[in-house]
Amino acid sequence: MDAAPPPGGGRSILERPPLARLPDRALRYGLTALAALILALIVYFFFRLVGEAEPAFSKFGVFGFTFTNNWNVNAEEFGALALLIGTLITSAIALLIGVPIAVAAAIYAAELCPLRIRPALTMLIELLAAVPSVVYGLWGIFYLAPRLQPAEQWVADTFSFVPFIGGGTVTIPNYFVTGLVLAIMILPIVSAISREVMTTVPHDHREAALGLGATRWEMIRIAILPYCRSGIVGGAMLGLGRALGETIAVTILIGNSPTLSGHLFQQGYSLAAVIANEFGEAQGLHRSALFAAALVLFVLTLFVNGVARAIVLRSARGQSPQPAAGGSGQLMAETVAGA
Amino acid sequence: MSTPAPGADRLARFAVSPARRRRDRIARGAILAATLIALVPLALIVYYLLKNGLSSWSWDFFTTDPSGNTFFKNVSIGGIKSAILGTLEIVALAAAISVPVGVGVAVWLVEFGKNSWFANTVRFFVDVLTGVPSIVFGLFIYIVLIIGTGSTYAGYKGSLALALLMLPVVIRSAEVILLLIPNALRESALALGAPRWKVIWRIVLPTALPGMLTGVLLAVARAAGETAPLLFTAGETLKTNTDLRQFTNALPVQIYYDVTSPTTAVVDRAWGAALTLVTMILLLNVIARVISRRSRIA
Repeated sequence: MDAAPPPGGGRSILERPPLARLPDRALRYGLTALAALILALIVYFFFRLVGEAEPAFSKFGVFGFTFTNNWNVNAEEFGALALLIGTLITSAIALLIGVPIAVAAAIYAAELCPLRIRPALTMLIELLAAVPSVVYGLWGIFYLAPRLQPAEQWVADTFSFVPFIGGGTVTIPNYFVTGLVLAIMILPIVSAISREVMTTVPHDHREAALGLGATRWEMIRIAILPYCRSGIVGGAMLGLGRALGETIAVTILIGNSPTLSGHLFQQGYSLAAVIANEFGEAQGLHRSALFAAALVLFVLTLFVNGVARAIVLRSARGQSPQPAAGGSGQLMAETVAGA
Repeated sequence: MSTPAPGADRLARFAVSPARRRRDRIARGAILAATLIALVPLALIVYYLLKNGLSSWSWDFFTTDPSGNTFFKNVSIGGIKSAILGTLEIVALAAAISVPVGVGVAVWLVEFGKNSWFANTVRFFVDVLTGVPSIVFGLFIYIVLIIGTGSTYAGYKGSLALALLMLPVVIRSAEVILLLIPNALRESALALGAPRWKVIWRIVLPTALPGMLTGVLLAVARAAGETAPLLFTAGETLKTNTDLRQFTNALPVQIYYDVTSPTTAVVDRAWGAALTLVTMILLLNVIARVISRRSRIA
């Protein structure tokens, strides 16, 4: 950037005097330092968290802590399996219910709905993201859960021969209601990402499908969905990351009982909920165990989010247009011909 | 129409068969149904918030602190004044911390870091921050500022936890907007002899301002609704205070503790507080949308 000094040794008349270049350098190095500081801060937080979790890990072992089903505060025994399973079950329910609905809403908004109502529809679905998690919890526990209980009891009675679903007494706070509310909470993000990916499908693909005589649904199935598959999967993974880390709504709805009930309609616990619920009074080993639970949760969400971002990025830029176009074009022709 | 055109029988071979037409109609019906199902929870939440929340709204509700009484029928349980003011204070400080830092990092990424390995590392870590569960942010601050200093809860510690939460949203949204600014603008200023800092301060930032404001407001709206990072940083209190070095109440935290109360009147207060919080957040969202529609760099 700096011009080489002219042979005379003095500076060029176009060059700034050294003093005037100072603010530029200061800004550049200052901002670089700021960015480096953020990195350092994240790494520092991580190691401090590991340090606080260390007593629990050294007493029970990393695997012993994570995969033992025994959370007994009074006996100072801490195994987080019931919490981990609770987190996974509720998140899985959220994905099973939330993702198909979110993707369908995205398809409707991107492909089928009249242009006039598209902005309104998009905005309404995004409004779901504006509702705070504590309000979902409030609504869920006082409105949704009590009203759903008879239906859940009916399902449990009718399918009493099915393990995990049937039999037993349905409690008002339970895994299923928690998963259902989480499904509502991840709906906007999954839907927004799916819709965004669908707008990247080239118009030629749609027109080619329609031109070959495909119906609208066939066009969606053979031209849109294959092209967007990895983007939708990535969006779902980001939703999963949200669901795993969601705290307050889950704390209110899951019932906070540290037992592995093994029943869809009974109470449980989750990693995030145990921290929110018990951290206030925790001391010594108990507090360390809660930090360890936070670390397990942190690593779990990091992994899920890392995979999700990689998938979304790859589908955003790596959809190398040439092969994709050729591939799905061929597939398109074959499917229409076969139909 | 009544008399078939010549050759219609040959064209009919290309018509969509009834089975495919039926499948098309069923699939589109299912997609529409799923979309409507997606809208049901929003309608239900808004309906119940209005139904239960409006009845607890009153002058006293907004102008008195919660009294802490949940037992005696003849003593008022109080309103949510300290919670509203506490949320405003905590979130304002969080924005005051995260906006300059976030915009600074975004400017660095776009103007200096570009696609260097270091800039990409920063981007990766910012994305990592986006995925961190909000309660973990609270624990980070707890470890550093409460265990680390041996002190207790304080409002500004809650602000720091929220600032960490807002940071990735501010950085990524500001970066997107800064990238949209045409390079010709920067180049013409540089060609006229302006130094880099002046180009950034007088040309780049003012042009990006409306767009960045949208991102900031959305980040603030998200932070205002967070309970988990505040639980173990800002503390639990009933009193209004204007000193963020003390325990500070906040709306989401107040709602959380009220939800778990067995007293009906306290739960009603939670509904009123929830309606207040949602109204505040929606207002921020609406303002953000209006600003983003006005901004013209996209």
